[in-house]
Amino acid sequence: MAVDPSKIVQLGDGRNGNLVPEDPTHNTLLTRAGLEDTVWATRLDAVMGWARKFSLFQYPFVTACCGMEFMAVSASHYDTDRFGAALPRFSPRQADMLMIVGTIVHKQAPVLKAVYEQMADPKWVVAVGACAVSGGFYQNYTSVPGADKIIPVDVYIPGCPPRPETILDALVKLQEKIQHSRHNVL
Amino acid sequence: MSDTTPELSPVLSAVLEGLGDKVLGWHSQFGDDTVLVDGAARRDVATWLKDGDLAFDMLMDTTVVDYIEEEPRFEVVDHFFSTKHHHRIRVKSRVPEDKPNSPSLTPLYGSANWMEREAFDMYGVVFDDHPDMRRILLYPEFQGYPLRKDYDKLHEQPLFPARYSGVRETDEVMNPRVGVELPIHGTEVPR
Amino acid sequence: MSVNRQDRTSTPVKTLAKPKTAYNFGGELVELPGDIRMHRIYPEGEDADLSSRTVVNIGPSHPAMHGTIRMVVELDGETIVGVDVIPGYLHRGFEKECEAHTYHQAIPYTDRLNYCSPLINNFAWAGAVEKMFGVEVPERTKLIRTYLSEVSRITDHLTSMGAGLMELGALTAFLYLIEVRDWMWEHICHVSGARLTQSYGRVGGLARDVPNDWLDRMNEIFETSLIPKLRDVHNLVDHNRIFIDRMRGVGVVSQEDLISYGVTGPCLRAAGVGLDCRTYAPYDAYDQVTFDVPIGKYGDNYDRYFVRMREMEESMKICRQLDPLLRKSVGEPINVDDARLTLPPKKEVYSNIEALMNHFKLIMEGPRPPKGEVYHAVEGANGELGFYLVSDGTGLPYKARCRPPSFVNMGAIHLMLLGSQIADIVPIFGQINMIGGECDR
Repeated sequence: MAVDPSKIVQLGDGRNGNLVPEDPTHNTLLTRAGLEDTVWATRLDAVMGWARKFSLFQYPFVTACCGMEFMAVSASHYDTDRFGAALPRFSPRQADMLMIVGTIVHKQAPVLKAVYEQMADPKWVVAVGACAVSGGFYQNYTSVPGADKIIPVDVYIPGCPPRPETILDALVKLQEKIQHSRHNVL
Repeated sequence: MSDTTPELSPVLSAVLEGLGDKVLGWHSQFGDDTVLVDGAARRDVATWLKDGDLAFDMLMDTTVVDYIEEEPRFEVVDHFFSTKHHHRIRVKSRVPEDKPNSPSLTPLYGSANWMEREAFDMYGVVFDDHPDMRRILLYPEFQGYPLRKDYDKLHEQPLFPARYSGVRETDEVMNPRVGVELPIHGTEVPR
Repeated sequence: MSVNRQDRTSTPVKTLAKPKTAYNFGGELVELPGDIRMHRIYPEGEDADLSSRTVVNIGPSHPAMHGTIRMVVELDGETIVGVDVIPGYLHRGFEKECEAHTYHQAIPYTDRLNYCSPLINNFAWAGAVEKMFGVEVPERTKLIRTYLSEVSRITDHLTSMGAGLMELGALTAFLYLIEVRDWMWEHICHVSGARLTQSYGRVGGLARDVPNDWLDRMNEIFETSLIPKLRDVHNLVDHNRIFIDRMRGVGVVSQEDLISYGVTGPCLRAAGVGLDCRTYAPYDAYDQVTFDVPIGKYGDNYDRYFVRMREMEESMKICRQLDPLLRKSVGEPINVDDARLTLPPKKEVYSNIEALMNHFKLIMEGPRPPKGEVYHAVEGANGELGFYLVSDGTGLPYKARCRPPSFVNMGAIHLMLLGSQIADIVPIFGQINMIGGECDR
């Protein structure tokens, strides 16, 4: 089948959670000054990355069993506070990390989408557990086969439920991703 | 827990005596006493069970079984329990497919409210005189009744089209198209 | 400083007419857009000024850690005068999945019903299938099942109390109880392989045996973690003025209403009805142990909290009584020796053809019970957990129904909410302990 050249969309780099990126002509100060790829921008991005990764405010979208492991990972044995990601913000407007913990069903899908759309940029999404990653072993009329059928996901955590160390490992991977992405602040 | 003893338990004999000809069948398989009554007599039987000496004051469970190859198709199954005497009984009543109506037990038991709503949601059995007959576990836009035997397990009814998530589904992995330009991600119509 | 436990609060609270009997709560069903039908009540002695009422949606994504449920409440100031509880945001199709899997394969699905006490669900399912086959598990299996059910009950109560107290603001109690729960989960992981969804029960027995030093460490956890932390939590909240004000007198329902609504478990026992499956119909090894069933007096939130805390101590008592029996019966078989349901030992599967065929049939087709139906009820952590199975003679259940205690308990929550304040929603919901996986299945 022939490809229509006008429809070719350049795939995004996947950072900041979007495979199809937003308008690439960022109208930022450094872009207008032509300093977009210089040391000023990269150092600034590194500083912003460091700041953002250690102050993640999570929105725990807890539905099912993985919520118990999420509770355990926030408690004293395996502490997310060490990583700066302790405080859950129960309003999506104030949160920047959406953790989808548990199965998403079709009744819940519009709610998840609404919560994601209410979050302000920059936002990252973590799918915790097999059900959020791919539907788990629920393959039926009501289960959404993976939260990424609804919203873009940055980090996928397998496990049913994943051990708390796995969730912490995913948090560290997300922090690495945040550290090395473009933040386009200034 | 043998199911071949012919003697009746006291509960079952009391029920058979009291209900008389309302009982269309009974058994005591695996230690559970069961009576089969007519579909329209469900509430009368429940009233008798609740108000009589047997004092079945708790409706433990209401569900429906879909016997798709039999007529009448649906079997409404109620489990009753007595907090005074600690005995149980199961009451089954059949309801046909073309008119799946069963009298509701909501005037007698509060637990019938949600359980009958779930039976309606899953099987489509309508309970007459139920104050709030609507879906409970599924969303109102859902068409059909999923636990019926003729509802395909994998037939999903999403509320909005899925976002294309990148990796091709199984058929592309198993039978990849060779020599043909693949469409660019992001340009296809979502499934 | 003296604490007067009798007086409830210093500011007078206007109470509305409480619902009296099962369906006569003096209100009406009001239809709202969005397929919502709200039970609305009208306070006595006041004309219904509907214009001053607000409808608020407490959405399915909310901070309460128990489960996802949506409540549409109508408020008159801070008082709830109308409520519609909408479950179903975690309906994962347990029954449909079970109809497509064998009796063995359905066990992981049962884990995820009440995911705070998965072993109880496993053993209830296994008990139902064994009832259909008419077999009785060996003595040691009964002891282990009882022991682990009680351990699961402890973890469930720790979770619910931890989350419930956190929602009231007592974060320290949450951390203490979750710490204990983590020690117990790690220890259960040593015997079953998983912290949370163990899938340890099998039709015909258990997956693997329990060694004696596992019991030693469990006793150690009880002595060094559970008892001190429970004491600490009791010291923190029991006589706390704020805790008493928030929990005493909140969410009271009469015994007749609770029985009519089919409420079982700690919610019913807190109201004074001593109904417990383990006492009137003992299954497994519950007839070999003696334990008390804690019963409350007023049926309010405080009693529900206290009943759960006391139940944890009773579960520990049961475990301590089973400990010597378990140690004595080391080496006994844990799976019933019946080729219809138990997998043959691997040594035989690899060496002789009959065992291989048996194994093959059991795995591919599943155990095939005789035709019929069975209902098996156990005492789950939230109430009576029942499995109603209909078998058509094949290895797949024709119908697998779970009678969920949380779902039925939630059917009665509107009785507790109507007339309360909006700040009472979270404690009431927390003390009912609705587990989303069990409510919606």
